[in-house]
Amino acid sequence: MDITRRRLLVLLPAAAVAWKYVLAGTPEASPNYQMTEHWWGMLIDIPKCIGCGSCARACAEENDVPEGYYRTWIERYHVEDWKIERPEVESPDGGKQGFPPHADDGGKNFFVPKLCNHCAESPCTQVCPVGATFVTPDGVVLVDKSYCLGCRYCVQACPYGCRFINPKTNTAEKCSLCYHRITKGLTTACCEVCPTGARQLADLKNPKDPIHEFLKTHTVQVLKPHMATGAKVFYNGMDGSVR
Amino acid sequence: MQIPVEGFMYPNEVELQWSILIVLYPFITGLVAGAFILASLERVFRVQAVKPTYRLALLTALAFLLVAPLPLQLHLGHPERSLEMYLTPHRSSAMAMFGFVYLWYLMGVLLLEIWLDYRREIVEFSQTASGWKRRIYRVLTLGSSNVSARSLRIDERLGYFITLVGIPSAFLLHGYVGFIFGSIKANPWWSSPLMPIVFVFSAMVSGISAVMLLYMLSTRLRGQQIDMRCLDTIARYLLYTFIIDFSLEMLDLLQRIYEADESFRSLDFMVHTRLWTSQVIIQILLGTVTPIVLLGVTQVLKFPDIARKRIYGLAGYLTMIGIFAMRWNVVIGGQLFSKSFLGYTTYKMAFATREGLLTAIALLILPFIILWVLVKLLPPWPESASLPSSGAAPAHGTS
Repeated sequence: MDITRRRLLVLLPAAAVAWKYVLAGTPEASPNYQMTEHWWGMLIDIPKCIGCGSCARACAEENDVPEGYYRTWIERYHVEDWKIERPEVESPDGGKQGFPPHADDGGKNFFVPKLCNHCAESPCTQVCPVGATFVTPDGVVLVDKSYCLGCRYCVQACPYGCRFINPKTNTAEKCSLCYHRITKGLTTACCEVCPTGARQLADLKNPKDPIHEFLKTHTVQVLKPHMATGAKVFYNGMDGSVR
Repeated sequence: MQIPVEGFMYPNEVELQWSILIVLYPFITGLVAGAFILASLERVFRVQAVKPTYRLALLTALAFLLVAPLPLQLHLGHPERSLEMYLTPHRSSAMAMFGFVYLWYLMGVLLLEIWLDYRREIVEFSQTASGWKRRIYRVLTLGSSNVSARSLRIDERLGYFITLVGIPSAFLLHGYVGFIFGSIKANPWWSSPLMPIVFVFSAMVSGISAVMLLYMLSTRLRGQQIDMRCLDTIARYLLYTFIIDFSLEMLDLLQRIYEADESFRSLDFMVHTRLWTSQVIIQILLGTVTPIVLLGVTQVLKFPDIARKRIYGLAGYLTMIGIFAMRWNVVIGGQLFSKSFLGYTTYKMAFATREGLLTAIALLILPFIILWVLVKLLPPWPESASLPSSGAAPAHGTS
């Protein structure tokens, strides 16, 4: 076959794309797991959280999260009387080591665990220039670190401050909802260790999941609902001061 | 390194993600778009007075455009993967699409226009020059040495058409940079539909100002007389564009102040503390109001040529500082406050690192080196050695 210059110009990029596909390989298989049968989220029961930090420690250990960065963290809110717009918030070392006692000067204190909201309309996925971050068919937002450019656009786009650049890989990182565990029938590391059951993994597509009964009987909210991101981390008993 | 934090930041927010290199990116891209718009004044809108700067503006645009992707490239965690943006772009991403806008502007507009405009000289040089220069010019002819009258007429018409397409392309190029920031709904400092428009006008301001300064400097270095009619016209256009730009920015500010949404208190505090010097003093007072007043005064009062030159020079330098400060305040300012609106972090600029000050300075010097090479290869100066101070410039295509 004669290859003309014009033909070569068409063939070369096509060959490059094909080669990338070969290099990408095939994903790790979980034979008994059907992605289309699940739609994952999480329930956080704020009144149950005692701020012990077990979840953040377990997450860091399970996912090899570098020191000073957080896939999940806990915030302590202190709201004085009616000053709902100006809460005092702290999260020393992401709450990993728990919290020192708070001086009792009136007002209320409570803990709010935070993690990626695995938004159905996630702004971080929208802005990724190469599609390295994506929503799986079972509703989990993941990052392909072998593909991420490290441009940090997704970090800017996340309204909840859930993303960071891992200094070891120089790629974006965030909560993966322990995808390696939940696809094998386990719960997430944070839910596993929570001593009060304040965090519960929820499969919104499974009609038998207790989340449905809970949502029916409780007043739940998502963080920053005005952002319209389709957040799937539901908070029970969340005060209006939480942001 | 401990980063000072005031109030509460989400723990992952403390470290700034976009550094001074990302400040350079809109600054440099803006210069490209602005310089091209100035060039188009002569070509499309027949503003003959600015003809002495036509080719210089095009070469300036090219020199800066070639450097524009470098800050982005250097800032990436994995620069070796950057081509993926072209090979497997994510179509919903503003950043991915910018790659194509950039490529279109470079290959479809700027290089083509410069080549068509210089084709006759390139062919001449390829026959008269010697040594390695001759080889370069021969490559630049792209195999075509036809400089017949008919062929030059086609060049002229095609060049006009490309400039016509180039104006919206230049708007697109920098408007798109504005969109990259303006479309981030998570960040109230950036999220504004006015952002692309403000970026376009500030780009025009910076580009016109840069070409004006380069024209003054290069004319002086060549020991030539500055064409005051040209300089006055550029300064006038700079003033008009600046007034529109400033009005748009103030409109945005007024809207924010009056609306006073949930982010306002936090942003207002930031402007009055962390951004006071860079935004209020440098960007607004020194870099915007002062040059507008200086340029405005020259429209109202009569000054001798030497005084006008100095005023324009001063206004031009202040403008460049002001526009750089504007880019700084957008990029860095947008990362200093917490998305919880409860705290502030600090930007610690490194010095001799990949994203440090030294790299930024090198990247700002590089376009001038490229411009110097371009000017040596493709001299942009008008052929007449001394220009009449108020005479009409020669018709296009005869120089």
